[in-house]
Amino acid sequence: MSRGESATPLAKVRGLGSAEHGGGHWLEERFTSVALVFLSLWLVFSLVMLPNLEIATLKEWLGSAWGAVPMALFVITAFKHGLDGLKVVVDDYVHDEGTRVGLHFALAMVAIAGAAVALFALAKIAFGAN
Amino acid sequence: MSNNSQRPLSPHLTIWKWGWHMTVSILHRISGAGLAVVGLAILAWWLAAIAGGDEAYAGFSDRAKSWYGVVVLVGLTWAFWQHFFSGLRHLVLDTGAGYELRVNRFWAVMTLVGAAVATVITWAALTGYLSAIVAGGGQ
Repeated sequence: MSRGESATPLAKVRGLGSAEHGGGHWLEERFTSVALVFLSLWLVFSLVMLPNLEIATLKEWLGSAWGAVPMALFVITAFKHGLDGLKVVVDDYVHDEGTRVGLHFALAMVAIAGAAVALFALAKIAFGAN
Repeated sequence: MSNNSQRPLSPHLTIWKWGWHMTVSILHRISGAGLAVVGLAILAWWLAAIAGGDEAYAGFSDRAKSWYGVVVLVGLTWAFWQHFFSGLRHLVLDTGAGYELRVNRFWAVMTLVGAAVATVITWAALTGYLSAIVAGGGQ
């Protein structure tokens, strides 16, 4: 049954299936992608511009606010964007709802744990005594 | 919604012509998954190794400089640039622009070209070859 321009917004989407949280998830993935355009370019340029990649050089770089703050933002944004992206891959190929929810949960745990390890390491470098 | 198995399937599913946008689309997914799984794991390992001190960092550095380490890191660099340029293309496509056949194919191919060129430039810069070339050309 076709509905013309006069149909209400509800009538237009009825029968197309649940939107769940798809809209918000889609938008968040775009927000983090735009942030990562800047943060990832900062990371690549920083690595290229450093005189070398010895530990002393890296500690000095990440020990300053100019290194530590963008790196913390990069870690948080990259893990969030990576988690969002992998969830979409799972949604596309895993059709059993129980397995899908389980995989989403497992991915979230690994992403949060990974980000926590990276941020703790960064804090240790930035605030470390040596 | 109830599923009606009597309804006919689309007859077009097996009739299609390959295009560059298809290759770029699946590469976006593969590079993204690679960056998320391998890239972020190495990022966390790298930061933990720096925080861990000289011995921990030497362990990381030795593996990074081995032949398999270089293969992984160059692969990640390519995956980053491919996902970066393809992602910029997607942000434009999200606005509803760039779906004309020729425009779409041109920018799909350009993500591949851009990623290859950027990967070479990044490693030329990281290994010092770029500054050597620039210094040599400036004399």
